[in-house]
Amino acid sequence: MNILEWSFLSGVLTATAPVLLAALGGLICQVAGVFNIALEGQLLWGAFTAVVVSDLTGSAWAGVAGAAVATLLFAGLLSAAAVSLRADPIVVAVGLNLLALGLTAFLMRQIFGSGGTYTSPDLAGLPTLAELGLDVPVLGPQSPLVPVALLLVVAAAWWLGRTRSGLRARGVGQHAEAAAAVGLRVGGYRHGVTLAAGVLCGLAGAQLALGNVTLFSEGMSAGRGWIAVVAVMLSGVRPYRLLLACLLFGIAEAVGFRLQGAGLPQQAADAAPYVITLVALVLAAVAGRRRRENA
Amino acid sequence: MTAVATRTVRRVVLSAPVVAVGGALALTTLVMLVVGVDPSLAYPALVRGAIADGNLEYTIAAFVPTLGMALAFALPLRAGEFNLGGDGQLAAGGVAAAALALSAPLPPVLAVLLPLAAATLAGGLVAALAAPLSTRLGIPAIVSTLLISAPAVSLASYLVRFPLGEQGTGLAQTPPLPAAAHLPALTEGGYVTLGLPLIVALTGLWLYADGRTVLGYELRATGRNREFARYGGVRVNRLAAFALAGGGGFAGLVGGLIVLGPPYRFVDGALTAPGYTFTAVAAVLLAAARPFAVPVAVALLTLLQVGGQGMEREAGVPSQLTQIVQGLIIVIVAVFATVRARRRRA
Repeated sequence: MNILEWSFLSGVLTATAPVLLAALGGLICQVAGVFNIALEGQLLWGAFTAVVVSDLTGSAWAGVAGAAVATLLFAGLLSAAAVSLRADPIVVAVGLNLLALGLTAFLMRQIFGSGGTYTSPDLAGLPTLAELGLDVPVLGPQSPLVPVALLLVVAAAWWLGRTRSGLRARGVGQHAEAAAAVGLRVGGYRHGVTLAAGVLCGLAGAQLALGNVTLFSEGMSAGRGWIAVVAVMLSGVRPYRLLLACLLFGIAEAVGFRLQGAGLPQQAADAAPYVITLVALVLAAVAGRRRRENA
Repeated sequence: MTAVATRTVRRVVLSAPVVAVGGALALTTLVMLVVGVDPSLAYPALVRGAIADGNLEYTIAAFVPTLGMALAFALPLRAGEFNLGGDGQLAAGGVAAAALALSAPLPPVLAVLLPLAAATLAGGLVAALAAPLSTRLGIPAIVSTLLISAPAVSLASYLVRFPLGEQGTGLAQTPPLPAAAHLPALTEGGYVTLGLPLIVALTGLWLYADGRTVLGYELRATGRNREFARYGGVRVNRLAAFALAGGGGFAGLVGGLIVLGPPYRFVDGALTAPGYTFTAVAAVLLAAARPFAVPVAVALLTLLQVGGQGMEREAGVPSQLTQIVQGLIIVIVAVFATVRARRRRA
């Protein structure tokens, strides 16, 4: 294989990583019966807080930690409103996504003094694995969060399939009343997965703003949180299938990027991930319907 | 005060919209104080930006698309479908109107009506794409409308830049539309057009249809309890598709109205950048399932939105603050609705 193809695979992985991290959050929420469509706003909030903390401290890892904590707190709003107070999770999430968009654009102007895009030499990006001494093809140019995301897929599969708490979380999602009747704390599990999804979205945002690039721009999540929601729907709540769904998105983005280099208009590259994700979703739904009809 | 009056006052003060707006303003004031903005300067600047110094015309001009987008969200919502793809439907309508107005020289009145009809149709078609996905395949409209919206905005952007783009300027916009296609202005500045009475009339029509017709009843029944409506003989799938397409039609019409209004061309990004779609979503949710409250909520949030720009100019407060307020309003309304429903049950 030549260099170009390695770099293409590497580009796929780079595009996949933030979506995969956010989608893992969506998956564990879905497992426990929380329809979490606040991923988009949380991803954006994570990207913003990662950049702010990295800029203030000069440390990318502090940025990652800051994003994880800040997005955990942001997810606390969802968990308080939708789990504790039992408000409609869809409406709350629509509000929180709007809040994240406004809050990041507002604070950006207050903290950095201007809107649009912020980048600075003070802003520390995540190192690549090659810089850390692991100079292998495909993974070498990635930030350490990329292998972490891949390992988290394995961890999620293990948690859901092999651990007591994972099985119980699935029980909470499948039949909340039955789970409560055998003594499980339904609310506790739901708080847990919602907050954990916040941490994952924080990591996703940090990877997006400090790994994929080293900057923050308004609305930079650009629908990735929604693609993550679709990936969860495509996965049938199975972590390995989730990885495949996210890779599909990564391929779409990387191909779009290539085609743009080859002279296709930017708008086509922008639209490609959505169109491909939507087509995949429709095909999966048609296949699912056919399977049900045959059964 | 009599007991009845006290009770009425309490009911108004504790109603969801009042609590939501009050709570959101309190939290916004808190945000201002935290970031070191003086609220006693910011709020007067907001009010001036919305209604004083000739700004009222801009506020009314912004009220029209926001009210139209509110119908685009509210109509499907009555049938239980979330239409978050307003931006794509808006852009599709705008581009259809511009393409028709630019390609064919039309006689005076038709030159306005046909592009608006094309815009409505285009918006409706884009939204209708989501209908079979929701009713046949079980993909929630909230996800599919949003996913369809992004490529629709990209497509419109491409069309406006290249096939329809103004040659030689390098700007991402169409050439100006022929004079016959300009919407007649109602004010001297030209920003308030015939679009205002049109949208107001359509809102009236929607309110009437929702409350007083069989169609409106069936839509509401579908939204409340789909199985029950089906059992009652309502063709729920067709109705849901109709609601989504109708919502998209309103959004498309708004796109057409913007393009046929000043500056009488499709400027790339000008339709989606002001955020009409989500201001409208916030307004409809704020109206909390009371259709007659929708125009009031839209007026309130439009005042905030336009006033926010005045606040930015005068007091240096980023206008994105109004987006924060909208987000908070939605969350508070959602929380308040369940808390009160539970209290009523108890």
